[in-house]
Amino acid sequence: MKTFWSRFLGNPRVYLGLIWLGLLLFVAIAANILAPTDPFAIVGKPMAAPGGEFLLGTDSLGRNVLAGLIHGSRATILIAVLATLVAVAFGTFVGAVAGYYGGLIDDVLMRFTEFFQTIPSFLFAIVLIAILSPSALNLVVAIATVSWPPIARVVRGEVLTVKSREFVQAAVVAGQGDAAILLKQVLPNTLSPLIVTGSLLIATAILTESALSFLGLGAPNLMSWGFMIGAGRSFMREAWWLITVPGIAILLTVLAINLVGEGLNDALNPRLADL
Amino acid sequence: MKSGSLGSYIARRLLQTIPVILGVVIVNFLLLQLAPGDLATVLAGEAGGAPKEYIDQLRARFGQDKPIYVQLFHYMKNLLVLDLGFSFRQSAPVLDLLLKRLWPTLLLMGATLVISLGLGILMGLLAALWVRTWKDHVISVAAIIVYATPLFWVGLMLVLVFSIWLDWFPTSGMENVVAFHEGWNRVVDIAHHLVLPTLTLSLFYLALYARLMRASMLEQRGLDYVTTARAKGQSDRKITTRHVFRNALLPVVTMAGVQTGGLLGGSVVVESIFAWPGLGQLAFQSLFARDYNLLLGIFFMSAVLVVIVNLIVDIIYVFLDPRIRIG
Repeated sequence: MKTFWSRFLGNPRVYLGLIWLGLLLFVAIAANILAPTDPFAIVGKPMAAPGGEFLLGTDSLGRNVLAGLIHGSRATILIAVLATLVAVAFGTFVGAVAGYYGGLIDDVLMRFTEFFQTIPSFLFAIVLIAILSPSALNLVVAIATVSWPPIARVVRGEVLTVKSREFVQAAVVAGQGDAAILLKQVLPNTLSPLIVTGSLLIATAILTESALSFLGLGAPNLMSWGFMIGAGRSFMREAWWLITVPGIAILLTVLAINLVGEGLNDALNPRLADL
Repeated sequence: MKSGSLGSYIARRLLQTIPVILGVVIVNFLLLQLAPGDLATVLAGEAGGAPKEYIDQLRARFGQDKPIYVQLFHYMKNLLVLDLGFSFRQSAPVLDLLLKRLWPTLLLMGATLVISLGLGILMGLLAALWVRTWKDHVISVAAIIVYATPLFWVGLMLVLVFSIWLDWFPTSGMENVVAFHEGWNRVVDIAHHLVLPTLTLSLFYLALYARLMRASMLEQRGLDYVTTARAKGQSDRKITTRHVFRNALLPVVTMAGVQTGGLLGGSVVVESIFAWPGLGQLAFQSLFARDYNLLLGIFFMSAVLVVIVNLIVDIIYVFLDPRIRIG
């Protein structure tokens, strides 16, 4: 029986994913050192091709594409991770309460969850942002609002299986309160599927954030990859790199997260790995 | 299965959709309340400012001086008779605008469903048959990459390569309006315009269905009934086509139903890229015109569409899988 770490790190796909994510994290943290000038600043003549004075060229206003890419990683990752954290917190709460108490509470909460799964989620996110007005905070709120249901379902399912186990009954007999039992006994045992679902959710959040920013609903004053593609769209006949480069960045990031997430899943559920 | 029991099943499923629709109506109403500036102030602003009395008068006319639950009741009553309000931007009832834009979106979604399900199932099937060979790896890796690609970027790249560089397909629109094509020529023209938008919207779902189909095939192949069939002396080909393939389809059909909402969301992006004159493009336009009546009307219509599709999928499911008890 191999350990979790040897199964996780023995997977070459996970390696590739982790390398890209590590690089990205470094770039996002060191963005101000790597690209000290404001990414919105005009630094050269417009639409200079890549490979000249600027490694990835300039956009229609003469802004440095590489600087945009570096600072964009920050906005994109920050918003996606924050939205996922909010979704995980809310989804865990709903799923844990529904699974633990059962009965009418479970019924009501699950109908509520199903409702959010039925309505067209991207359209709902658009409507939310349009009405709340575009800002970084509202992006987090909108993305979290449409992405918590899978978390709630996963946590509920796990809680249902864990709560009938003996150690939970022992805690009940010992007189622990509901909150203490949920937090200390039940939830720690639901962690592994939660981590897998949560990590894959970050990828979805990045895709949603990019699509919203592309449509012009992103946070103003924040350079993000989706915004760069949206801004470069009108000039793709003359400057193909404006839409190509940020798109590849999104693609690689989402791919890396999916690879790591699936690697986590295989390592945590070794019986399913061969499927 | 008796037709009576199917009828009562459909009736029961219809009843289950009521809370969802009701929920959407309430969410819509709350969002309208949250929207900055009510209709009266917007209209007064359009006219270049107005005295407070005039705004109050407008509010009274729209019933906005009533308590909130009366307004909600009024709103629900209107939706019940499909009165979705009036779009003051487009000077037309919202319902008329929606119905005009519904068909292009349904055409796009239908074409996408056929392509993504057809090719996705085929790719998944082939990958499962070729499991652990290089062909399987090529299909699986391609699916993983496509699965991670943003929809709007796929659209832009296809336009860049096939419209701008190769000039094979038009960049936007649903038909060549100045050519005045009629009959068969018009069908060909629309189909020509349909290729890139459909491809854009299909690729992600194609990858999703291919991965699901592959996993589902491999899972089914390990089950007991396959061993039984093999013990009876059935050929591998027959086992695959008669038993494994049919059972493996079920999760894919379920997933296709679940993805309708996603498809509608994706069509907003695709239609705005290709200027496809459907609901998605209308949503995009209403967004920037701050036409909330219209935007929420589209949201309502989309939710209803999703509920209807889910209903249809559930009914198809009963026919596909007789094990599902509907009594």
